[in-house]
Amino acid sequence: MKYQSQKIALAYFAVAMALFAIQVSFGLLGGFVYMAPNFLSELLPFNIIRMLHSNALIVWLILGFMGSAYYIIPEESESEIYSPKIAYGQLILLVVGTLGAVVTYVFNIAEGNFLFGLKGREFLEQPLWVKLGIVVAALAFLYNITMTVLKGRKTAISNVLLLGLWGLAIFFLFGFYVPDNLALDKMYWWYVVHLWVEGVWELIMASILAFLLLKLTGVDREVVEKWVYVIVSLSLFSGILGTGHHYYWIGTPGYWTWIGSIFSSLEVIPFFAMVLFSFTMVWKGGRDHPNKAAVLWALGCSVLAFFGAGVWGFLHTLHGVNYYTHGTQVTAAHGHLAFFGAYVSVNLAMITYISPYLFKREPYNQVLNMVSFWIMASSMAFMTFVLTFAGVVQTHLQRVNGEDFMAVQDQLHLFYVMRFGAGSVFVLGALIFMYSIFVPRKELISTEAQAAE
Amino acid sequence: MQTKSAARNIFYGGSLFFLIIFFGLTAQSHNFIVNKSTDSAGITDKVRLGKKVWEDKACVNCHTIMGEGAYFAPELGNVAIRRGDKDDPKAFNEFLAEWMKAMPTKAEGRRQMPQFNLSDEEVDGLAEFFKWVGKIKTTDNWPPNEAG
Repeated sequence: MKYQSQKIALAYFAVAMALFAIQVSFGLLGGFVYMAPNFLSELLPFNIIRMLHSNALIVWLILGFMGSAYYIIPEESESEIYSPKIAYGQLILLVVGTLGAVVTYVFNIAEGNFLFGLKGREFLEQPLWVKLGIVVAALAFLYNITMTVLKGRKTAISNVLLLGLWGLAIFFLFGFYVPDNLALDKMYWWYVVHLWVEGVWELIMASILAFLLLKLTGVDREVVEKWVYVIVSLSLFSGILGTGHHYYWIGTPGYWTWIGSIFSSLEVIPFFAMVLFSFTMVWKGGRDHPNKAAVLWALGCSVLAFFGAGVWGFLHTLHGVNYYTHGTQVTAAHGHLAFFGAYVSVNLAMITYISPYLFKREPYNQVLNMVSFWIMASSMAFMTFVLTFAGVVQTHLQRVNGEDFMAVQDQLHLFYVMRFGAGSVFVLGALIFMYSIFVPRKELISTEAQAAE
Repeated sequence: MQTKSAARNIFYGGSLFFLIIFFGLTAQSHNFIVNKSTDSAGITDKVRLGKKVWEDKACVNCHTIMGEGAYFAPELGNVAIRRGDKDDPKAFNEFLAEWMKAMPTKAEGRRQMPQFNLSDEEVDGLAEFFKWVGKIKTTDNWPPNEAG
């Protein structure tokens, strides 16, 4: 850690990890309700559990991105963060907003109220006052980061990261537009959801990965930065029109079936490029970095994202397939591995890399950290397989044979039991990860190699 | 250095190009939705109220509507067709009112839907909203069958 203000990242990641714990807890609870549907059904209905699960995920990922930016930007710009006060202030604002949203969901406060009630559009359920708070916090964040970049060195990594973060904020604004016409509502809703996760978030992910690989492998900056531009070009060239794969069946014109199928098939390519990028850099770099766990997470991230977002996305993206699989457990399978592989893993890679510097220590407990990687990666892979099988069976029974939804769900019970098992193991892995980061005791493997920041 | 700046220019130029095409196509789609695939004139106050109920109760976090949402409970985009009666347009409104009153079933081992305590007006609005959604003209008439 060369700059004092990089310490801001610690506060962001601490809150992010607390929300990660909340996210997986409610995920586990939701998985349990799938097995035992009467559990808590009147106290905490499934829709509330799911909102907490998905909202906690989104907020902690964004906090992780912001924390990453507060760590990366000073080093890239070779200058302190413009205003640490703004940085902590906007974090407090986001924490207040998050707590506000949680209380609103759980206790159903101000239902139906324009300003204070929840807004039941998937993932954008936050009450209006929370959304406005998020916009204020995002503007403060962007101002802070942009000013830092402007006064210092400009690199490809900070350019792409900044562009991704600006995109995140700009596309969020479409969440305020709620037409009465449901088809229009859906079309613009995807401006937020798709252009985030299959658009600008990939810019953020690629730049964080590039920063990590630059530091971990010692490969020349020129090489890394050229890769970054190639990867993010592939992401946006495929991802922007790839939005079309959400415009198949919602009342939008038929040409989207072709545009969506072609361009979203190409969305595999940037993820494959990230695999090539990370492995080539580690191979060519030849630097024996002491933080082995961070290298594992960086490599693992690109591989899991390739399978989760790339392969599992392609699996059901062609419109002929999607006609039958749309809105089944196949989507749930893809969603879980994609989010874990791409965005959870990149954040965990970043925390793993920066925590020794933030805590001023050697990368303690990295064996445990690596164990947690394999536990989380394998349990999430298992969950993905189980839900994929469930989805295939559901597709056949419900979409081909036309059997009743609930009757089909009863036949999927075994899959849901296995999913709960996989989820339990995943939660264990997440707890081990947090323990290895926050409760360091002693080093378990030798770190003779020189640490290099 | 030359190639990096070339890569950067391709990135900015290309992204802008695809973004412009995307905005153009969605503008055309916007028109298509308003004028062709949906019944814009049919968005009455009842339909609006129904959509508000749908959102206020966070229905989408159990159900799907046109395939989007949670996968815990049945698809509702076509529920008015599945549970309605072509010859009696009010039949679905009556069905939905009875259904909402009967929740939760408390049946052991069955997924539970909460009691939302909807007013008569709200249930009626919700029914009209579902009927309106059911009439959206989707490509290839998705969903494949009445099961949704």
